[in-house]
Amino acid sequence: MASTTKFEPKNGLVRWVDSRLPILSLMHGTLVAYPVPRNFNWWYTFGSLAGLMLVVQIATGIVLAMHYTPNTELAFASIESIMRDVNYGWLLRYIHANGASMFFMVVYIHIFRGLYYGSYKEPREMVWIIGLIIYVLMMATGFMGYVLPWGQMSFWGATVITNLFSAIPLVGDSIVTWLWGGFSVDNPTLQRFFALHYLLPFIIAAFVGMHIWALHIQGSNNPLGIEPKGPQDTVPFHPYYTAKDAVGVAIFIIFFSVFIFFMPNALGHPDNYIPADPLVTPAHIVPEWYYLPFYAILRAMTADFLGVPAKLWGVIAMFGAIFVLFLMPWLDRSKVRSARFRPVYKQFFWLLLVVVLGLGWCGAKSPDDVLVDFGVDSGLIAEQVESHIETRVQREQFAAMDHDDLDAVKTFAGRVGVTPEQFDGWVENPSYHHTFQAVDLSQILAFYYFFHFLVLVPLLGFLEKPLPLPTSISEAVLAKKKTA
Amino acid sequence: MKTSLKIGIALAFTGLAAFAGAAHAAESEVELKHPGWQHKGPFGTFDRAALQRGLTVFENVCNNCHSLEYVHYRNLEALGFTEDEVKGIAAKVQVEDGPNEDGDMFMRPAKPSDPFKFPFANDEIARVSNGGALPPDLSVMVEAREGHEDYIYSLLTGYEDPPAGVEVAAGKSYNPYFSGHQIGMPPPLSEGLVEYPDGTEATVDQMAHDVVTFLAWAAEPNLEERKATGFKVLVFMAILSVLLILANRKIWKKIKTQNA
Repeated sequence: MASTTKFEPKNGLVRWVDSRLPILSLMHGTLVAYPVPRNFNWWYTFGSLAGLMLVVQIATGIVLAMHYTPNTELAFASIESIMRDVNYGWLLRYIHANGASMFFMVVYIHIFRGLYYGSYKEPREMVWIIGLIIYVLMMATGFMGYVLPWGQMSFWGATVITNLFSAIPLVGDSIVTWLWGGFSVDNPTLQRFFALHYLLPFIIAAFVGMHIWALHIQGSNNPLGIEPKGPQDTVPFHPYYTAKDAVGVAIFIIFFSVFIFFMPNALGHPDNYIPADPLVTPAHIVPEWYYLPFYAILRAMTADFLGVPAKLWGVIAMFGAIFVLFLMPWLDRSKVRSARFRPVYKQFFWLLLVVVLGLGWCGAKSPDDVLVDFGVDSGLIAEQVESHIETRVQREQFAAMDHDDLDAVKTFAGRVGVTPEQFDGWVENPSYHHTFQAVDLSQILAFYYFFHFLVLVPLLGFLEKPLPLPTSISEAVLAKKKTA
Repeated sequence: MKTSLKIGIALAFTGLAAFAGAAHAAESEVELKHPGWQHKGPFGTFDRAALQRGLTVFENVCNNCHSLEYVHYRNLEALGFTEDEVKGIAAKVQVEDGPNEDGDMFMRPAKPSDPFKFPFANDEIARVSNGGALPPDLSVMVEAREGHEDYIYSLLTGYEDPPAGVEVAAGKSYNPYFSGHQIGMPPPLSEGLVEYPDGTEATVDQMAHDVVTFLAWAAEPNLEERKATGFKVLVFMAILSVLLILANRKIWKKIKTQNA
């Protein structure tokens, strides 16, 4: 680990400890002396924010766990007791519940920042991969956390998501029973989810340690995507980036506080204030917003294909959508890291962001929600009329008719016993229309998602002509200063 | 860079709001009534008089079928009642306790430490007494429905005769705001049903507005403390942010002007 300033403590006790266990010089090297490119922009603050959110979630979560009861009969009531009777329990719970959303938001920005500036590229592949492992662990942790209040969405979300594993051939059903600890989501499920929800954040913390360790071996990437050439290109982490990150933290806490104190339930679902009831299925089972893009990909797979059922394709696509990110360092063959100097990749990057947001939007919709209605499908109406025809003569007559002439079809339908009201009902019913539904949009966007990573990214590495790179970070910074 | 950051922040807000909004796409086809609530908005506080009137409606009407499991009589001090008044309100209600030394259950007046009376001994009796429908607990009802206060208010004041051709099942009432339009709860409010101690005229709209205010408090008794704390946090953080921005500028000043 290179460092710009040496750790030379004046205090005798500190020297004594550090010569026996160099933990203090390790911290000095990590948080004080670590040389960082001098040209970070504000997007680079989100790494620190993610670290902050992990600490916030663990700190609030430990106190919440002191008051929470992981039992199907008592869980909902224990949450209400936290909200009403525990000192500042409402604050702890609102921080923790909204904190999950904030953690994901920060991490999504952090990941997209990495995609934009090529931070996944050699030699930082391990940093990227460990980061994605953290993200996958967060998804598992967040999912199990949402189950704990034992509201309707907790129960049904758990049922839907755990049921995904039943799509695995041969052993799927056994795996689901094993996950549940029974034959449905029930008390054993809740108790193990609680145990794992408490455990996983510490595993995340360990991976965060490795993430930072791997990062500090190679040093941070930067918006220019070129390596620092010497001390003139870097500054020590402290005080420069501690000061800058402190600003980011303060602004972020303001954003976070607006949710905690003024719209604490805006990101949750009202149904989770209804105690779980295995006998009543909610109208729409919607996961938390941070899973929605993947939920849309899951539900976009609607056809059996190559002998594999649609449900399994959905699961494969959903996990594939995350897995493909792991391959980014090898899919991207470009020699240039930063999208600043990749005019074509840059545009596809923003398009990908829009596509992912679009997938999220689709995930919140019901798949059969009609987005565009192109009007009546006369073929479907004709099928309805045909099902009422009883004689061969009428069938031949009807076959000879122009089915697009709805008035004529209606008159004919009257002769075979379809009332005008019934007929008008079909014409008005969107299920007999040419429509563009949420699921259709999900399919297009899901296709594009994979197209981006598997086709566009590798191709651009060869085809794109990058802009000339600056010779050094300090030169670019000072040139910018002159023009400003 | 500044503009892209602004775009990013805007995206973050609109993205989150859009996801949340889309996820909560209103189920009911009927536009809810919006009577306005004093406790809404960033500075809204509960209307104490409305809360006390709402309690009258809840005790005399709702509590005959609905429980309020997570609210205790002691919590009523937040409505502006004194400790003795709360004792009096609780004591009007008989609750079952026990077993005593002889192993028998017995009735006694409720104490401030008791939750609101459970109108039925168990869910099965509640169902049998209500044509098969279980009157849900109302503790967090305002949080648990799309549309929140407006939905409950619309439902309470929205009973009407069914439109021509609509057959209402036996024991059900027609209410366009209820999912499926047929609700097991008969119209609970009628003109002058309760007598308000403060002399307010007990119209259906008045009672509905009061009791929904009461239920909003029941669902989130810490609402006022939450907003007040939030305001202090925001002011503190705003000042701290300015100081940190200035400190950051000062620290970076040297490095930005320095030639490499």
